[in-house]
Amino acid sequence: MAAAPSRPLRAEALLAASLLTPALLLVALLLLVPLLWLVWQSVRQDGGFTLAHYARLFTDPAYGATFLQTFRISAIVTLACVVLGFPVAWAAAESGPTLRTLILALVVLPLWTSVLVRAYAWIIVLQRTGLVNSALEALGVIHRPVILVNNEFGTIVATTHILMPFVVLPLYTTIRTIPREVLAAAASLGGTPAFVFTRVYLPLSLPGLLSGASLVCVLSLGFYITPELLGGGRTYTVSMLIARNIALYDEWGAASSVSVALLACIFLIFFLAGRIVPIDRIVGTR
Amino acid sequence: MTVRQACFCLGILLGDGGVARADDGITFVSQGGSYQAAQTQAILDPVARQLGISIDQDSAPDAWAEIRTQTATGKAFWDVVDMPAKDCARGGARGMIAPLDYAAIPNARDLPDDYKTPYSVAYEFYSSVLAYNTDKYGTAPPHDWADFWDVKKFPGTRALRDNPLATIEAALLADGVPPDRLYPLDLDRAFRKLEQIKPYITVWWTSGAQAAQLLADGEVDMEMAWSNRVSAVQHEGAPVGFTWNQGLLQYTSLCILKVSPHIATATRFVDAAIGRRVQADLTRYTDNGPGNPRAYEIGAIAPARMRDLPNTPDNARLQALISTEWWSSPAGDEAMRRWLTFVQH
Repeated sequence: MAAAPSRPLRAEALLAASLLTPALLLVALLLLVPLLWLVWQSVRQDGGFTLAHYARLFTDPAYGATFLQTFRISAIVTLACVVLGFPVAWAAAESGPTLRTLILALVVLPLWTSVLVRAYAWIIVLQRTGLVNSALEALGVIHRPVILVNNEFGTIVATTHILMPFVVLPLYTTIRTIPREVLAAAASLGGTPAFVFTRVYLPLSLPGLLSGASLVCVLSLGFYITPELLGGGRTYTVSMLIARNIALYDEWGAASSVSVALLACIFLIFFLAGRIVPIDRIVGTR
Repeated sequence: MTVRQACFCLGILLGDGGVARADDGITFVSQGGSYQAAQTQAILDPVARQLGISIDQDSAPDAWAEIRTQTATGKAFWDVVDMPAKDCARGGARGMIAPLDYAAIPNARDLPDDYKTPYSVAYEFYSSVLAYNTDKYGTAPPHDWADFWDVKKFPGTRALRDNPLATIEAALLADGVPPDRLYPLDLDRAFRKLEQIKPYITVWWTSGAQAAQLLADGEVDMEMAWSNRVSAVQHEGAPVGFTWNQGLLQYTSLCILKVSPHIATATRFVDAAIGRRVQADLTRYTDNGPGNPRAYEIGAIAPARMRDLPNTPDNARLQALISTEWWSSPAGDEAMRRWLTFVQH
């Protein structure tokens, strides 16, 4: 154990602690207390202790199906964001200052538009009489409108669009830090472009890729607006289950247990991602 | 520490805001939009003048969760709420809604018994009707729920509300149950019937605005929708029609929060708000019908206007009235629970 800190040092630590107190209190009051209350609610029924709310997650097929659908959507959205976001991040990182600014602006600008507006815009684009169907019909590709929205597909398209920046930005930052010399060295030693990409470029961009992917994965697990507006009532996600349990079915215990279960899943994802890349890199503190 | 105490401490910490209001005022809550704006003109402003009280307004499409919170914290921000009668009744059973002092509400004598509960009086009417695209079906549109279920005779995309209320009734009507024999609802039979149509439902809608949009945009060819929403898009020129036949009449009710500190004023408001005159005036601004049926008898509503309103004697004859009593009973809760499993499968 270290020696007791000298007097001025301890005073400094005390000052730092007192300066932090309001912030810590705020976090405790607004985050931890409601969270503990949530856990408390999830094991209460009619004034007694119960695990019935958790048992329902396994016994009621609707709950299992909801979790399954949520994870499926999240997985597809994450994959789509990575596959579509990688070339964008790559292009931004490799191009000159003007083009780079343009690309980054196009990535960031939608973030400043309300999610609600973007969700409604997707309805207009994808619906039976929407832009995509009209264009495909005019080109003779299809003869009857295809159902592109009010289902899981529409939900995935809009969610992917909304969450894409969360992959592109960390990925771009990581790619920018890859030393060009390493790539040149790999190539000069006889590596084909494909070899250089898979063995050097991709591994070096992996931290950004993983942090972006885990952010998207976690955010999409809790997404509410896109499945609610674009899911057509046939896409039930965990967030909707929570909302319905509170507003419609009046089951706060069930809503709480579902929230706690989702939170546990999210911690698990961060934990697994953290095994590969340190957690402080995922949340961007380093 | 109980929830109430915890919230009380929180209240002290955050300062006591929001409820400072003169005793001769109430906060009225409805569902917002043009519907609430119509009430402001026809009912809220005139009643405020008549009683010499101030009426603050708030809106909540789903007031239930909020009322539950205000009850749990013992701190009322709301006094009178306009919401489905079923919620008033089950709120009353749980001590969230105050019983009405009918001696102080003489206007309630205009209302038939099935428009009232110990906790609520009918305020305005709407109907869950069968609406369709007139371009698609031309001169031979579907005219009852059996047609809605008949996907061979009437091909096309369909939508229903993501809620068992009225949807269960429609399924039973489609299955041949006579309108006057609906209650108690046979849930097994209704869900069997619903399973048949489920693969053909493109959208399970959640809000009235969404339902109207689906029809106006041509996303669905026929659906169950609220009559006032359908007529609103009709007025905008959308190729949309609907039938009163087998419509399911519903009403929202006024009720008072039990934790309200202004129960006496709120009661005076409730009485004035269901008066014949203001109730008749409501129909000048919306296609919702009056909760007080005597409003039709004072000559304030033009005969031509009557056609558009859900609960005129002529239109009501074609429809069935949804039973608030059944839906606020344990059987109604059971229907809700089964619904979740039904839609998510």
